[in-house]
Amino acid sequence: MMPEMLSLSNSPGIFVGVMLVKLLAVFGVTIFIVAYATWWERKIIGHMQTRLGPMRTGWHGLLQPIADGLKLFFKEDLIPDQASKVPFLLAPLMILIPALITVAVIPFGPDLHIGNFLIPQQITDLNIGVLYIFAFTGLGVYGIVLAGWSSNSKYSLLGGIRATAQMISYELAAGLSIIAIFMLSETLSLREIVSLQQQDLWGVCSFVPNWYIFSQPLAFCLFFITGLAEINRTPFDMPEAESELVSGFCTEYSSMKYALFFMAEYANMTVISAITVTLFLGGWSAPLNIAIFTMVPGFVWLLAKVFALMFFIIWLRATFPRVRYDQLMFLGWKVMLPLALLNVLITGLVVVILQ
Amino acid sequence: MEIIFFYLVAFVVVVSGLLVILCKSPINCALGLVNTFFCLAIFYVMLHAPFMAAIQIMVYAGAIMVLILFVIMLLNLGTAERKRYTQGIVWSAVASLMVLANVIFFLKRGRVTGAEGDITTFMVESVGHTELIGRTMFTEFILPFEIASILLLVAIVGAVVLAKKEV
Repeated sequence: MMPEMLSLSNSPGIFVGVMLVKLLAVFGVTIFIVAYATWWERKIIGHMQTRLGPMRTGWHGLLQPIADGLKLFFKEDLIPDQASKVPFLLAPLMILIPALITVAVIPFGPDLHIGNFLIPQQITDLNIGVLYIFAFTGLGVYGIVLAGWSSNSKYSLLGGIRATAQMISYELAAGLSIIAIFMLSETLSLREIVSLQQQDLWGVCSFVPNWYIFSQPLAFCLFFITGLAEINRTPFDMPEAESELVSGFCTEYSSMKYALFFMAEYANMTVISAITVTLFLGGWSAPLNIAIFTMVPGFVWLLAKVFALMFFIIWLRATFPRVRYDQLMFLGWKVMLPLALLNVLITGLVVVILQ
Repeated sequence: MEIIFFYLVAFVVVVSGLLVILCKSPINCALGLVNTFFCLAIFYVMLHAPFMAAIQIMVYAGAIMVLILFVIMLLNLGTAERKRYTQGIVWSAVASLMVLANVIFFLKRGRVTGAEGDITTFMVESVGHTELIGRTMFTEFILPFEIASILLLVAIVGAVVLAKKEV
């Protein structure tokens, strides 16, 4: 009997059970990465600046995220007198939830055969996967805008307005750089995009997999840079530029609400790395098509690649100063956007010629 | 199962729709509208139109509403004065009730889509909604598509001309 895809219609009980397990596993791992990314960032930046970073809590400061969490949890939760209450309370949630919800379409391994069923190692395989990611990252801007506006403080408002302008202008270039990937893959499903990247490179080189970074290096650079701008990481952290805006949109926040903003920042960092890995670096597939590499389970490769990219993002923070606001806009509209359009044009020509 | 979910989402849509018109602060109204758009996207998913759902969230909730929010923030409106517009509210209530009656009348009379014609529910599920939209848009409806893009281009050029002091 051919194994069939497990779905709600052919065995609801097992489907719901498997789904719950997958949800718990993915959510747990993501939250764990988010918590320890803070420790990791402080450690890496510390060592890059010839300091030690956190050392006191636990072995090499390993308990630091827990200590930070406890500290923020017991802080007094202040709401400014002049703030608009509802948006002020909603904003931290509206920035964290879109960040976490995008993890649902990231595939983390090949299909599992259990009994007569095929279980995909992915929470859900949408045939609009990439559009789903863009839809939800687009919603993330609400959190920042509302936080900035509702705090009723000058610094927050400036941070919020900067964030909106920045995210809207870079979303465009990010979307256009991804279109080149669709032209090669002819599908929007992330699962199929990953399986296409496991084939031989351009159908010739049998060791090296057909990762899209090899055929789309420009799109990779554009997507990664625009991704950094969208999640407000250095060198594009204008919305919370501490030297000019105190702490930008989250100036007036305290206690767990402030912690939620921090979690959202690291969740965004994790998610943007996972998306870049899935679209350009072969997702969960092994870096070389050799038996020793392909034997390692998929999620190990996925996590390894995600951690490598996160390290790179943190490294950028230790290396580059913040760009000026007019430079940011210049880069977004006059460099990124034309380059992304050019890339779409070239890819279209090559695809037509190769057919 | 699906009908319970539908009623749940429909309830949220109606509540957030009411929030749009009843909230005092314009920002809260805008948030209500965002939620309405979001729930409409859920309806699109339930109608086997995932592409429409994604576009709904991306374009309406993700782009247009952000701009509206931006404008509200920059104009710095206080809470709206409702007394000035009492007459307007009454007449718009009458007008919207008439539109509602009209919609219900046409829904009761018309046939359900997807039961006949080339593109059936089965075809949408087997070929894929995105593929079907793409194919028809770039073959059958290529002329309206191009006209729409020229229209948008004109609007963009117009916006640039209006915004710039010297062209």
